[in-house]
Amino acid sequence: MRSYAHPETLVTTDWVSQHKSDPNVRVVEVDVDTKAYEEGHIPGAVGWNWQTELCDTVRRDVISKTNLEKLLGSSGITNNTTIILYGDNNNWFAAWALWQLKMYGHSDVRIMNGGRKKWLAEGRELTKDSPKYGEATYTVTGFNERYRAFLRQVEKAMNDRTFVLVDVRSNDEFTGKILAPPGLPETCQRGGHIPGAKNIPWAQACNDDGTFKSADDLDALYTSKGVTPDKNVVAYCRIGERSSHTWYVLNYLLGYPTVSNYDGSWTEWGNLVGAEIER
Amino acid sequence: MRAEQYQTEQRDLAGIPMRVESYKIGDRYYCHVANVDPGATLARTEGGTRAAAIDAALLKVANRLGGKSPG
Repeated sequence: MRSYAHPETLVTTDWVSQHKSDPNVRVVEVDVDTKAYEEGHIPGAVGWNWQTELCDTVRRDVISKTNLEKLLGSSGITNNTTIILYGDNNNWFAAWALWQLKMYGHSDVRIMNGGRKKWLAEGRELTKDSPKYGEATYTVTGFNERYRAFLRQVEKAMNDRTFVLVDVRSNDEFTGKILAPPGLPETCQRGGHIPGAKNIPWAQACNDDGTFKSADDLDALYTSKGVTPDKNVVAYCRIGERSSHTWYVLNYLLGYPTVSNYDGSWTEWGNLVGAEIER
Repeated sequence: MRAEQYQTEQRDLAGIPMRVESYKIGDRYYCHVANVDPGATLARTEGGTRAAAIDAALLKVANRLGGKSPG
């Protein structure tokens, strides 16, 4: 049985239970539903809001270097802190935070396998108290651009056989039957997918309890659709968050050498005048 | 405190598969409804009983899906 390529990026709920108070460990909850943290969270965990704290709130972009330094500093995180991310819905937005932290070069950031769902289901300790940590100094020292894909790169990748595009949205979004998941705003003008993209919905990487599938199962899932490690893989979804989950799986659990996340995703491509679309 | 009596079930609401999670924290019951794919939250509610929390959540979902009746 194969093991994960980078098991050091994943911790169990048990590990978090034992290490959540370690001074060099900071647990951070990042939820799709930003109200979940207030219901109760892991003692000592800080909560980050993906809508206001993990993006540029003026122009469409990831968090700026300056704002990331402020966010980490105010969370008591230094460059040497081990950051443990967890969240609701199979760690959907925990992966979004991890993608950004890895782009900004934080060396030790991990995901709690199973996320919030598993912690609750196991009846583990919760609190409503927000922790107060002393201000720390955090300095971003670089930016890994290779983890991110922009429109021009995707346009080139579409016609380059060394690349494979992975559309991780639902099949109904992929085929253009719907423009957005039920209950969410339709933020594109056209439905469908980027020509040539393979459809592997992101949540297929998870078990029912929210944990990641085994390396063997993940390998079978992606290689069966032609998403293989010899290719340059570009993952995308609607706004780049579901695809950051797939980016994590391919990069760290399967160890694919070249994986990037196209965070412009369908809300960019599906609004472009004249862009090629397949259904 | 801890989450107690954690339950999750799948239901079709207005023709859309939804995951309905409910549990008790302290003396309150919480309910969270998200679509199965991709898992976007449609309602998060609380109540004095599990049934009250779930009913409130289902009502919110119905309103959000344009007044279609859930179930």
